[in-house]
Amino acid sequence: MRRHIISVLIENESGALSRVSGLFSARGYNIESLTVAPTEDCTLSRMTIVTRGSDHMIEQITKQLNKLIDVVKLIDLAEISHAERELMLVKVKAVDSYREELKRLSDIFRGKIIDVTTTSYMVEMTGPSDKLDAFVASLDADAIIEVLRSGPMGMSRGETGLHL
Amino acid sequence: MELSGGEIVVQSLIDEGVEFLFGYPGGAVLHLYDAIFHQDTFKHILVRHEQAAVHSADAYARSTGKPGVVLVTSGPGATNAVTGIATAHLDSIPLVVISGQVGTPVIGSDAFQEVDMVGITRPCVKHNFLVKDITKLAEIMKKAFHIATTGRPGPVVVDIPKDITDPFIKVPYNYPKSIDMRSYSPAVVGDSKQIKKAVDLLLTAKRPMIYAGGGVILGEGSAELTAFAQLLNYPVTNTLMGLGAYPATDKQFVGMLGMHGTYEANMAMHESDVILAVGVRFDDRVTGKLAEFCPNTTFIHIDIDPSSISKTVRAHVGIVGEARAVLTEMLGLVKADNRRLDDDVLSAWWNQINEWRAVECLEYDRSSDIIKPQYVVEQLYEVTKGDAFVTSDVGQHQMFASQYYHFDKPRRWINSGGLGTMGFGLPAAIGVKLAHPESDVACITGEASIQMCIQELATARQYRTPVKVINLNNRYMGMVRQWQEFSYECRYSESYMDTIPDFVKLAEAYGHVGMRIEKVADVRPALEAAFAMKDQLVFMDFMTDRTENVFPMIEAGKAHNDMKLRKELK
Repeated sequence: MRRHIISVLIENESGALSRVSGLFSARGYNIESLTVAPTEDCTLSRMTIVTRGSDHMIEQITKQLNKLIDVVKLIDLAEISHAERELMLVKVKAVDSYREELKRLSDIFRGKIIDVTTTSYMVEMTGPSDKLDAFVASLDADAIIEVLRSGPMGMSRGETGLHL
Repeated sequence: MELSGGEIVVQSLIDEGVEFLFGYPGGAVLHLYDAIFHQDTFKHILVRHEQAAVHSADAYARSTGKPGVVLVTSGPGATNAVTGIATAHLDSIPLVVISGQVGTPVIGSDAFQEVDMVGITRPCVKHNFLVKDITKLAEIMKKAFHIATTGRPGPVVVDIPKDITDPFIKVPYNYPKSIDMRSYSPAVVGDSKQIKKAVDLLLTAKRPMIYAGGGVILGEGSAELTAFAQLLNYPVTNTLMGLGAYPATDKQFVGMLGMHGTYEANMAMHESDVILAVGVRFDDRVTGKLAEFCPNTTFIHIDIDPSSISKTVRAHVGIVGEARAVLTEMLGLVKADNRRLDDDVLSAWWNQINEWRAVECLEYDRSSDIIKPQYVVEQLYEVTKGDAFVTSDVGQHQMFASQYYHFDKPRRWINSGGLGTMGFGLPAAIGVKLAHPESDVACITGEASIQMCIQELATARQYRTPVKVINLNNRYMGMVRQWQEFSYECRYSESYMDTIPDFVKLAEAYGHVGMRIEKVADVRPALEAAFAMKDQLVFMDFMTDRTENVFPMIEAGKAHNDMKLRKELK
């Protein structure tokens, strides 16, 4: 059950997202995360799906995705060299000595504190998912107010890319 | 030319060369129906239930190869159509289903007769559209026909809000001659290297087998399949959906395979070493227990849909392309190749198959003085000289039809194979008869299935579609009863209907001819009399053996070489 990141170029039509999510639920495929937003061409959206499955299952997932009329192109990034980033916002209780500690931790992980109150910090952080996991694990669990993650996005390395 | 949305839909149907529109009016499609009133190019067939509209259009498509077209209203009209749409989807039948929707300003407000048709049908269509802009309507209609009929065919729903069809809002009409979609370009020809590999495998096999399905019929590849098989003298089996793809009366045909397939077809599959699978999807009713399916076989799989290949059974050579194009290329390669199987090797294989054939797995008790359903189908086959279009419902009668009516031509056998939709047969027969008014059309059904769309007897009367209904009446849901006999120690839970209508009177009430046949000796004369009545729908109620079962049978979860045969054959 290997982890795969499938990057999809899809028509920016209403209902396109539900076609993809509906496919995963109807066929019983795992979906760990899904992010989607329009590209520089507003008629196209770029979707990143993180899923887990056997090679056979992943082959079916990519074939079934390709079969969707709205899907223009897709690539399984697990098969190629790629960069992967996820965005996270974490709101943490920051009082007393923990204010300093939090600042240091955030710096170590190259996070940015983007909102400050007398009792809390909001930390913005990007990176591979395991780095974000590590940061969350390093926090005092009782201090966490909320965690918001975008789910990973991925892009192949080198000059080739997923475009029309 | 400036047209309203309603007129655009009508004109696009005319531009597509649509002959019949199967539908049922309602509030959300009244503008559309008014536009239909002003034309006489295509004929609207008013059904009695929207499910039947879809089945009729579906069978029209199956029997002609042209797309079927349906028009239903929003809400219940749309949901009633869903069973028909799912039926077409599982059997890859090209349909364009137009559904009315509430006006765009009230979408999402739980308005009267509002359902999210695009959402409801998403898992059971090839694609669907919600039209939000009248200027896109003609293009969407074109796309709908294009998507439905190309690649692996399937149903496409176009959901049109009422305000889009407003007669007072007109826009210029330009129906696109062709359409190019960047996200949709199905393959046609197969990969040449893979095709060559396939030919090599087939020419060096020892126990080759050809397993052909509905894709050959949909892809108009029957002639090429037949030529290919006959050039090599290899055995051929067809799936339930593929019957007629290869002529059933040819000596190389070993019958249907799968759960109720012949002993020889299933044994040959099991013992084969190379299988050419064309236009099939290794359905669970075909494979039985996957882990023991064709244990020593190398699979070559040709299919237009890449996702079919290696979905359940790993293909050693997968070829994505149209059945006809790929088979044509293979035929050319084989003709140019000197290699053939040694006569000894091939005749040893045929001798083995003929031994399996000698089991005569389809024999049944012919001395019974109760009408056997198999006998009725055999007599129907003879009376219609094997040349009728046969539709069926779902259950034992469907299997008897597939086993005892020998289809020599494609598009003659019309049944709901994938979804298994009871109620399909009668509306299907009407759709077929409209498309082929000069041909004999028989609907083989049972007393349970026929009641699921019995109201279509009225449609058949209105449009004078003189089909022949062959009701194999055993007073049970026969297939359910059979499974309960085998797997539930004869606990016949709710598979018996205590009251069944007098079908003779019922047929007469709808303006047709009804017949009840209770004696074996009356079967043949009754069929002859019924088919002689060219202008009448004849409802033939055959009182058949209540305990008859369908054999052979591979019970669910068993392997191909583990077949249950009729007791007296053992």
